Amino acid sequence: MNVHVQGCPVVANDLPKPVRRESGQREVFCGLTGIVWLHRKIQDAFFLVVGSRTCAHLIQSAAGVMIFAEPRFATAIMEEKDLAGLTDANDELDRIVVQLIARRPDIRLLFLVGSCPSEVIKLDLSRAALRLSQKFSPAVRILNYSGSGIETTFTQGEDACLASLVPAAPPTRTSEDQLLIVGSLADVVEDQFIRLFDALGMGRVQFLPPRNTAGLPEIGPNTKFLLAQPFLADTARALEDRGAVRLAAPFPLGVEGTTAWLRAAADAFGVAPALFEAVTQPYRIRAERALVRYRDLLGGRSIFLFPDSQLEIPLARFLSRELSMHLVEVGTPYLHREHLAEELRLLPDDVALSEGQDVDLQLDRCRAARPDLVVCGLGLANPLEAEGMTTKWSIELVFTPIQGYEQAADLAELFARPLVRRAKLVA
Amino acid sequence: MQLTVWTYEGPPHVGAMRVATGMDGLHYVLHAPQGDTYADLLFTMIERRDRRPPVTYTTFSARDLGGDTADLFKSAAQNAYDRFQPQAMLVGASCTGSLIQDDPGGLARALDLPIPVVAVDLPAYQRKENWGAAETFYQLVRTLAGPSAPAPGRPRPQRAAGVRPRCNLLGPTALGFRHRDDIVEITSLLAKLGIDVNVTAPMGATPADIAGLGEADFNVVLYPEIAGQTASWLQRTFGQPFTKTVPIGVSATREFVEEVARLAGVDASATLASASTRLPWYSRSVDSTYLTGKRVFIFGDATHAVAAARIASDELGFMVVGLGTYSREFGREIRDAAKRYDVEPLITDDYLEVEAKIAELQPELVLGTQMERHIAKRLGIPCAVISAPVHVQDFPARYAPQMGFEGANVIFDTWVHPLMMGLEEHLLAMFKDDFEFKDGTVPSHLGAGHSSPVADRPVQVSVSESNIAAVWAADAEKELHKIPFFVRGKARRNTERFANENGVATITIETLYDAKAHYAR
Ligand code: SF4
Ligand code: SF4
Repeated sequence: MNVHVQGCPVVANDLPKPVRRESGQREVFCGLTGIVWLHRKIQDAFFLVVGSRTCAHLIQSAAGVMIFAEPRFATAIMEEKDLAGLTDANDELDRIVVQLIARRPDIRLLFLVGSCPSEVIKLDLSRAALRLSQKFSPAVRILNYSGSGIETTFTQGEDACLASLVPAAPPTRTSEDQLLIVGSLADVVEDQFIRLFDALGMGRVQFLPPRNTAGLPEIGPNTKFLLAQPFLADTARALEDRGAVRLAAPFPLGVEGTTAWLRAAADAFGVAPALFEAVTQPYRIRAERALVRYRDLLGGRSIFLFPDSQLEIPLARFLSRELSMHLVEVGTPYLHREHLAEELRLLPDDVALSEGQDVDLQLDRCRAARPDLVVCGLGLANPLEAEGMTTKWSIELVFTPIQGYEQAADLAELFARPLVRRAKLVA
Repeated sequence: MQLTVWTYEGPPHVGAMRVATGMDGLHYVLHAPQGDTYADLLFTMIERRDRRPPVTYTTFSARDLGGDTADLFKSAAQNAYDRFQPQAMLVGASCTGSLIQDDPGGLARALDLPIPVVAVDLPAYQRKENWGAAETFYQLVRTLAGPSAPAPGRPRPQRAAGVRPRCNLLGPTALGFRHRDDIVEITSLLAKLGIDVNVTAPMGATPADIAGLGEADFNVVLYPEIAGQTASWLQRTFGQPFTKTVPIGVSATREFVEEVARLAGVDASATLASASTRLPWYSRSVDSTYLTGKRVFIFGDATHAVAAARIASDELGFMVVGLGTYSREFGREIRDAAKRYDVEPLITDDYLEVEAKIAELQPELVLGTQMERHIAKRLGIPCAVISAPVHVQDFPARYAPQMGFEGANVIFDTWVHPLMMGLEEHLLAMFKDDFEFKDGTVPSHLGAGHSSPVADRPVQVSVSESNIAAVWAADAEKELHKIPFFVRGKARRNTERFANENGVATITIETLYDAKAHYAR
């Protein structure tokens, strides 16, 4: 076992790892899907997709055909007449926004979300957002971003959304260093991290996205930020444009990732190593203990990850280092070499990485390898199960709290469960 | 633009996918961005299909838009042909694909594939899923069966003596509401009549089968929304008559049997005499007295909604208080039916309008789609699903057709069950003073852990613009709580509505009973 419970630096290797780049048919959602979790996270925000019936259908299907009674998202479906002339479309959009705000007076923040059709016809949503902001401020703030499938895959929608929030955030009011955690985390996970940072004596920690519009973080040159998700390239750039500094770290998945992630912040804020050790040790020990039984179940098994959420690389690191799984192929829709540098170093030398996708070719490789477990999107899971493979559908990894110490075993359980099920079923 | 949260129908290319996915040996190449691949999960997750839909998406992205999207399409189509070796190919574009104007049909023709290629042009900004399915099916049939059409005006050759009559079953697709089981039911019903099925299409058919559609004597149109246009074309081209009755419900099934018997020239009396369904007896049984006059609201695709209204009214003894559809193409059928029950037809694809109507009508049962199930849950009204769009639980493991005599049995069970609330209502009425039915007691079938029954929570629904909430006086509130929980929600809503309409600001015990008398039937 090569799990690093102790506070010593992790064994890393800096050799650049070869990456197979593929382009062909993808099997991923577009960035609109992020709305399904973002609308739960930012509780006074509303997401208005300006798109087609396809976009409306996508969100509805991704949200499980109506799990929510009155969701905080909707689609303005463009019709033939909107495509004819653009002035028309702007008027129409204004009309819809007025209608929406009248219906939902609780909205404080409205995102106009661009889609493929609105981008192809070059409907200028940033202009629309400005125009409508003038009309509705200060009661409602109106921002825009793109979740289109020609610009973004799946989790990149969250990136675009958070990046659009950055210019709306106020400047910092003190000169003291401040920590900002970037990437939506379940509230329970956020609270756990707040307690840990408190115990480390690091002062106020801010989060992006905030739970409420009023809680938009202050951002300035004294902001040091930690990415909580690996898919936030644009957001990081927007923060850096405001002078904020990214703390390089692996992502807080598993015991090792969480420790290294916390340490990156602790080091930047001058927390004494002894204090760090004292604060984190009980958590590490507890999480380690919880992981043991999953290591028994998963250790030595092979796993193939299809590209989906960009969480694949941190997950692969956790699976290989803390659960001793064998990585057959690790796919990611997009590989940000800089943000993932710490993760890449921790992967085995011979790992097969792939970026982008040609789904048929990738399926061929997967079938040839017959891994013990396949991580893939919903479109592939049942067909692969029918071929006798065991799958873990990846969307749960995005919707479930998986970050931090207390969730390390939950995360392992998500991978163990399909194998346990397969072992149980006799008929 | 149309503001919507939920849509009853997907875009038209999803209709085309339903046709392609139902068939064998056909491949659909769709010019679409990557996000549109979500549609796969409708089939693999919601319908639990064990194979990916036979669809290749070009998944173009912004950087391709400069110019080589056409090449992308061509290589995707060529690769799909090489890999899947289909008998025929369907090509088209999704809403975004259509905006970039690459002409999939022309590009595919340029590839000169050795198989029929059918280009379907689906106007994504005007039309929707069922229309897309109908159009796709029609184009496929025209292209594949067209070449074997007889010369115009030549009469259909007589069926040779001793040969059993044959028909085609038209309309079932992937992701259809119980299509899988309806086919089985209707095929066996036809077999009893001595009628063979030539081809069932699109579901289960190959392009070669489609080419042979003309060989049947007549067509059975199971789902007019999908097969209507094709059946008319087959009638014009091959002289095949087609059925008009959709066999959902006991009476409709009997009429259907007579209709096909007439078209096939067979005698239906034995089949009709031996037909057994429990629905009529169950509806007559004493236990069903409580179904009498139950006020039911119906919404769905036109075919299922019309059929549901007839069953509800004639075969279960309910009272139809609302009837509607999202299938605008079938507005006439719904209007005709609505006249029969003396209700305003509701033809809309805006689920908020449907919600407002249900809130206003306060029915005791809602028969609808996944959307109405959700609306009904919010309003605390029992609900059964009769039509697409549906969710994973509407693809049950068991055999559960809607059509034919077994379909009628299934319908009796599924519609009546939500009304039972775990106990029979007349028994509850008899024992209503029993302490078990006092406040906070939940029906036994809900088990422990359910705090209070849904129906008791006041529901915020703006019934009308002038909705000023009346206040409950303490004693009236107390009286309300003496009413059994399973009707309390309704009593609360009726009373508030009555108070509102009559300008009563404070609801007293008197208001409660005034309202009760007002709404008594
Ligand atoms: S994953 Fe399955 S259960 Fe969940 S929403 Fe989709 S279809 Fe429904
Ligand atoms: S890929 Fe584009 S068109 Fe399709 S759902 Fe996403 S944003 Fe809409």
